[in-house]
Amino acid sequence: MLERGEVANSWRRERWDSLRLLTPNWQSRLPGHHYQGPDPDGYMTMGEVVEFIERFATVSGAPVRTGTNVTSVRRAGDGYQVTTSSGAISCRSVVIASGACNRPVVPPFAGAVPSSVTQITPFDYRGPDRLPEGGVLVVGASATGVQLAAELRRSGRPVILSVGEHVRLPRLYRGRDVLWWMDASGVWDQRHDEVDDLARARRLPSPQLAGTPGRGTLDLNVLAAMGVELVGRWAAVSDGRALFSGGLRNVFSLADLKMGRLLDTFDEWARAHGRDADVGPPERFAPTRVPEPARWRLDLSSGEIRTIVWATGFRPDYGWLEVPVVDEKGRLRHEGGVVGGPGLYALGLPVLRRRKSTFIHGVEDDAREVVGHLARHLPVRR
Amino acid sequence: MTTIDNGVNVQALLDAREVLKGAPEAAKFTWRASSKWQNGVHSTTSIQNFFGLGQEQSHKSETVFTADHPEVFAAEDNGITPIEYLLVGLASCLTAGVASVAQNRGIQLRSVESTVEGNHDIRGILGADSDVRNGFNDIKVTFTIDADASKEDIEALVAQSQKRSAVFDALTNPTNVTVDVA
Ligand SMILES: Cc1cc2nc3c(=O)[nH]c(=O)nc-3n(C[C@H](O)[C@H](O)[C@H](O)COP(=O)(O)OP(=O)(O)OC[C@H]3O[C@@H](n4cnc5c(N)ncnc54)[C@H](O)[C@@H]3O)c2cc1C
Repeated sequence: MLERGEVANSWRRERWDSLRLLTPNWQSRLPGHHYQGPDPDGYMTMGEVVEFIERFATVSGAPVRTGTNVTSVRRAGDGYQVTTSSGAISCRSVVIASGACNRPVVPPFAGAVPSSVTQITPFDYRGPDRLPEGGVLVVGASATGVQLAAELRRSGRPVILSVGEHVRLPRLYRGRDVLWWMDASGVWDQRHDEVDDLARARRLPSPQLAGTPGRGTLDLNVLAAMGVELVGRWAAVSDGRALFSGGLRNVFSLADLKMGRLLDTFDEWARAHGRDADVGPPERFAPTRVPEPARWRLDLSSGEIRTIVWATGFRPDYGWLEVPVVDEKGRLRHEGGVVGGPGLYALGLPVLRRRKSTFIHGVEDDAREVVGHLARHLPVRR
Repeated sequence: MTTIDNGVNVQALLDAREVLKGAPEAAKFTWRASSKWQNGVHSTTSIQNFFGLGQEQSHKSETVFTADHPEVFAAEDNGITPIEYLLVGLASCLTAGVASVAQNRGIQLRSVESTVEGNHDIRGILGADSDVRNGFNDIKVTFTIDADASKEDIEALVAQSQKRSAVFDALTNPTNVTVDVA
């Protein structure tokens, strides 16, 4: 196992100070290793996640070579030639587990933003006190965007949040963590070959959830009540002005309707499995309130906002992968983690084999199947 | 399963989607209109040819649209105002979307009606107040749909239709417009 940094590197280096997992403690489970602390319904801080993964590396006896950066992987004979910062390795098979979130995505028009505005990504962000004084425009309303917008607003700054398509979820539903429902009802176990539109499922943004001690919901109504101003999806920069989509109302409807359908699925599951008595009564949440009027234009040089935080998603980085298995959008071509090149595999990508694939607890089932395939591949070619 | 028919060939659209995924050049269309001044603020615009699927294409026949201003603008009212054509485009695009999405989701439609209202402060175009924009301040579309589906399913049809609508996108997001003199 080659790791360019330390064990749990992404949790050490690529996260902000206040971040906690959005998945509850009881759900943090890896093969033979799970949370055993006093607060199963709580959410780990970054320090706790690092400790959890380090402990797993120790108890599992994983042969990790830290400080070993992979700079290229090439096809060689019936295997691969791997070049690293500490020498070359020949192997029959490679499992790409380099992560789905190596680089923040920033839209091309970021280049047209006036230089008086500081631009940062979640990889640069540590906390509100490190930003210039003044207003902040947070772009993107998925897990990262809503969490940073809330934290920045609480620090007393004016915050504008630009909202595109998003996934709205309550933190608790019928008294249980909404991720308990995802898990228990089997939604999270839905397989890649059962999902209606796999390409779309793989592009789905992260849900509007935060792991806080108070277990509160962090949807757009909560943010609006905190004084965060909601605007549409940022579409373009023209003459130093940000132009936002006028379609805000529809992205709200899409998310509200989608959440309603998911809650229906949970209710049906509870009824069919006789679980109604274990949980609270069914709930429905108020539709997302549309601000009147939502601004569609913002002068970026007026000084109203001094910082832009791009919470516009992440992408993997395959700059080192010299095998033609990456598509024109920079995504790995694979079928359930089996990559086109013989002996080449992947883990940890969105809906790799199941809806839960990119979550900490999601890797176990995927890994078992992918490694099963790998083990069958090796002897055949010997 | 009973077959539903809204008159949309969804299979052809789904097939086209698969084919065009691998052929982005063929997906590039250019829509064209030619306009001619008549008199006053009256003009006619005709549309017949367009480009797409890698070659010149043509509608079955030419359509001619007449635009003018109403008598309250001291004009002859030979036809609707140009900005009203945007309402025509929006209503027909969303309606087509509702029918297509309904077909794809197996929802039989019985009737789909909508009203579109664009609120327009004409002080902008008259130059009476420089803080007032020229175009619509907002547009409101109201659908009345009779179909074999729940209220939520009908709302989802309308939401998905907006999500995939060319005209909704063109009106809600900025577009680069170049106007040259030949
Ligand atoms: C902001 C954020 C919050 C998240 N919150 C949650 C959450 O609450 N719950 C949850 O379950 N999941 C969460 N996730 C998803 C989380 O990333 C996954 O659950 C999981 O950590 C992915 O593990 P991984 O090992 O596949 O990828 P990573 O954790 O990204 O690990 C990949 C490793 O590969 C190394 N690497 C990359 N390239 C090279 C190279 N060329 N050479 C050598 N080493 C290399 C990296 O240094 C890194 O250590 C979150 C993700 C982000 C970005």
